[in-house]
Amino acid sequence: MTDTDTTLLEKAADRATGLTPAPLAKRIGGLSDRAIAWLFITPTIALLLAINIFPLIWAVRLSFTNYRANRPNAVLENVGVQNYQRVLTDSDIWIAMQTTAHFVFWTILLQTLIGFTLAYLIDRKFRGHAFWTTVILIPMMLSPAVVGNFWRFLYQPQIGLFNYIVSFTTGVPPSSFEMLGSVSLAPWSIIIVDTWMWTPYVMLICLAGLRSIPDYIYEAAEVDRASAWRQFWSITIPMALPFIMLAVLFRGIENFKMFDMVMLLTGGGPGSTTEVASITLKREAFESWRTGRASSFAIILFVAVFGLANIYVKALNKVKQR
Amino acid sequence: MSNATSAHSVVEPSARSKRIAGIIVVIYAICTMVPLAWIFMTSFKSPPDSISYPPKLTFTPTLEGYCNLFTTRTRQTTEYIQSLGPPTSTCDEITRGRNMVIAGPSNYWPRFTNSMVIAFGSTFLAVFLGTLAAYGFSRFRIPLADDLLFFILSTRMMPPIAVAIPIYLMYRELGLSDTALGMILLYTAVNVSLAVWLLKGFIDEIPREYEEAAMIDGYSRMQAFWKVVLPQATTGIAATAIFCLIFAWNEYAFAVLLTSGEAQTAPPFIPTIIGEGGMDWPAVAAGTTIFLVPILVFTILLRKQLLRGITFGAVRK
Repeated sequence: MTDTDTTLLEKAADRATGLTPAPLAKRIGGLSDRAIAWLFITPTIALLLAINIFPLIWAVRLSFTNYRANRPNAVLENVGVQNYQRVLTDSDIWIAMQTTAHFVFWTILLQTLIGFTLAYLIDRKFRGHAFWTTVILIPMMLSPAVVGNFWRFLYQPQIGLFNYIVSFTTGVPPSSFEMLGSVSLAPWSIIIVDTWMWTPYVMLICLAGLRSIPDYIYEAAEVDRASAWRQFWSITIPMALPFIMLAVLFRGIENFKMFDMVMLLTGGGPGSTTEVASITLKREAFESWRTGRASSFAIILFVAVFGLANIYVKALNKVKQR
Repeated sequence: MSNATSAHSVVEPSARSKRIAGIIVVIYAICTMVPLAWIFMTSFKSPPDSISYPPKLTFTPTLEGYCNLFTTRTRQTTEYIQSLGPPTSTCDEITRGRNMVIAGPSNYWPRFTNSMVIAFGSTFLAVFLGTLAAYGFSRFRIPLADDLLFFILSTRMMPPIAVAIPIYLMYRELGLSDTALGMILLYTAVNVSLAVWLLKGFIDEIPREYEEAAMIDGYSRMQAFWKVVLPQATTGIAATAIFCLIFAWNEYAFAVLLTSGEAQTAPPFIPTIIGEGGMDWPAVAAGTTIFLVPILVFTILLRKQLLRGITFGAVRK
């Protein structure tokens, strides 16, 4: 019985090897494609799960407790949705959200206007445009924290270059305005730096948009004797719009999270005039040590960004399809 | 004739409009550079020159700022300094001129090397993992691939502070807080999303036929990946590495929350440089200048790949 069985098995095995072409045999000899696929992808997914998703789940859990990170041994109490209620009814947090929205609105508006204009001009391909484009790109490659720090120097009322230039050109005495210390100017000091730093980013994406418009469309418009103005509004803007919207999306997400620059320029002050959401979050979590409540605020922020980004991407896709 | 010129002007703008465009862009570029140029100049000023008003455009350059950056000094009496014998270095000479002696190295250099170790370590890991995953996503049919890729991207939407709280707690439990290893792992996790997206784009562009031909010649899948695909993807891998490096180099939020001494990087350290009587602006400027140089070099090297890198490859150029 065993005899026949082995021969049968051997025969089957022989047939299988005979049927298998050489490269496939090699593949089986090494690792199967399936195994390689998982071998290649798993480490990345595992790392992201460990350092992004696990903390996020932890944050969700903490957001329902009264945990304080500076008292790790205290009894953990489940407080239900109390943290969320507190956050959503806290007027300080709503003010921080308004401040953030204010920053996001102005920085995006300025960066899009200036960035698009620059891209439009660079697209004229004047002599040396490649060199000057590279020069313009430099600010966005720098560290926002370091940028914030050296702009703090430029904004110094007694010694700063910015104040000197402003007073030189407008005649306003430099000691009469303090960019970082005055309630009305501090938000603008941040908007100016953010615009200085990130306009190149918007410009770069707009430039890609403008370069993607095929020449023959303009040629056709020219044949139809469309005015330059008409060409700009009927061809350039609509064709570049998906790119502009993409730039707005990326800048929007980034500026919603804005932290380093504000921290270094004003630290949220004077008072709380420049206190954006991230700064409030940091204060709650690492200064007041209300870890649970801070976590619930973090979750609300994340859901807000995620939701808004998703709605926006849908709109973007609609524009793209047009 | 007017028709001919105007038809031509569609593709090629007129010389006049080019010139105007050029002038405006150059003016903008120069304005953009003023703050950077100012910091560079300040790094070569003496402390009194740096805080004079109106700001000084001409001054006698000195290395005092750099000297203050790399050493800590103590004020001494003239008698004591005279008893010391001749100065041993330029830095020594500058310090003695201000009645000071060098007490020892400052904290900047360790912070700078921390930045290097963490930035390069995390870049290497992120690019290594990213290349494998990108190849996996590009060449194999993976269930829910789109969802996984979106999940990878979405990890970038969270404000760093939001994840910093649990990471802070987790690192405290694991003994990873304030260690270079902890920061390397963290930055790797942040960068790997960018690396996967960028590299997938680059690898998608390498024809599959190359590997298939290699496998018909008897290479295994692994050999084909190693000997055929990787060499083809070198440019893409290099560009991705530089983007990861720039991010890790510039990062501040995690660094300031999760490190305090041992593993602190340069961005949270530079703003804390304080001389006697307030901020030592030349030293701060010197620290900033040294910190910015690598980035300037990379920007110039990278200008062609820039767009892809900053948009996760969502826009190709």
